[in-house]
Amino acid sequence: QVWQIRLDMHLLNHDGNITDAASIAGIVALCHFRRPDVSVQGEEVTVYTPEERDPVPLSIHHMPICVSFAFFHQGTYLLVDPTEREERVMHGLLVIAMNKHEEICTIQTSGVVMLLPDQILRCSKITAVKVAEITELIQKALENDQKARKEGGKFGFAESIPNQRITAFKMESAAVDTNDVEQQAGEIIAKADPPSEVFTNPVLHTPGTAQIGEGVESSWGDLEESEKEEAAEEEGESEAAAFECEKVKTEDTSTLRETNGDEPIVLSDSEEEEVVILKPQELPRKTR
Amino acid sequence: VCPGDTSVLAGVYGPAEAKISKELPDRAALEVLLRPKVGLPGVLERSREQLLRQTCEAVVLGVLHPRTAVSLVLQVLSDAGSLLSCCLNAACMALLDAGLPLTALFCGVTCTLQPDGAILLDPTARQEQEARATLTFAIASTGRKVLMSTTKGSCSVEEMQHCLATAQRAADTIFQFYRDSVSRRYSK
Repeated sequence: QVWQIRLDMHLLNHDGNITDAASIAGIVALCHFRRPDVSVQGEEVTVYTPEERDPVPLSIHHMPICVSFAFFHQGTYLLVDPTEREERVMHGLLVIAMNKHEEICTIQTSGVVMLLPDQILRCSKITAVKVAEITELIQKALENDQKARKEGGKFGFAESIPNQRITAFKMESAAVDTNDVEQQAGEIIAKADPPSEVFTNPVLHTPGTAQIGEGVESSWGDLEESEKEEAAEEEGESEAAAFECEKVKTEDTSTLRETNGDEPIVLSDSEEEEVVILKPQELPRKTR
Repeated sequence: VCPGDTSVLAGVYGPAEAKISKELPDRAALEVLLRPKVGLPGVLERSREQLLRQTCEAVVLGVLHPRTAVSLVLQVLSDAGSLLSCCLNAACMALLDAGLPLTALFCGVTCTLQPDGAILLDPTARQEQEARATLTFAIASTGRKVLMSTTKGSCSVEEMQHCLATAQRAADTIFQFYRDSVSRRYSK
């Protein structure tokens, strides 16, 4: 049995160089993540919940960060970290992934540019400098977050959105005046008609499955409908059945049959032109 | 522990050309996509998308743009309770910002009924879990009418009316926030 780790990345805004941004986001997310603690004794495996034992971080050996370079005119011009416009018109792209120990993890070129070895060496030197800065920023951010969590301050995505920018707005929790609410609600209740039917509470069989009312044994092949308990069994749909028949899909729970046997039943989407109600009370079958 | 607040990023695209299979001859076809923070969109997201879609269809003047498609994409950035009402608010602001013709603005308010009978507005995730019932309402700006309501749990009719009235009060604050945001955004 192994752990499966899933990394979901959501691109919020694309203004160029998503490779770099995604690589930073990914590695930081993995460093930040905490998995439940596990203890293995022979064949027995116990997984502790976050309440029982503090979750442990993943073992990250090193942090590879991508840096992209855009080339123009056969390598004459070089741009680090291109924006979207620059990406669209670039001739060649070089991506180098490196960690802070200056080990190259990934190197990839694409485009119509032929690069000389010393150009690539130069790029890798630039990458080393960039990666060192970025790794330091990451470490600081992770430390800040850990401190905030320990001291009970606010943390998370919403806190990191800067407040001063024009497009970001925050409102502190506001008090709502609820003085007249009771009175207003009371007036509405008094004016409204009382609910026409009382529905029985749903019966919970298992988590996720509930039953309202009791099922009726199907009388396929049965010519006589036994006039059973009608009022005692209601479903929420019984009222709706009278008005919006198209909502009621009769599979097995014959909701249609539960309306009071004596009233004429209006089946608005019945496929028959003429609805003949036989005696005793045989409902025309829906051919669905 | 104080987790981050609920945040949803909303984007509106349109009215743009619609696929022939999706276009409606007399109005704009509105489509809502809700992306959860973790994992792929599932059944819960689909049902929320439909709720949002019905609400937006009620306010967007689709008849002004027939045979077009309006796409509303919502990305959940963080969830600390009251997610559906946050999505509703984000959707309305996105529609407003995109300049789509609307008959009214709407806002989302979540209400929970605690076991002791107290009504809490905009609950946190923990309060939602402990609650007896969670109700979310979409309230229009004209006359504070109810556009959409969805309930999780059970409550009596009186309690629901009570929650609704409280939510309508809260809507005032939210609409004021809309006004402030928009005036700030366009004041430059």
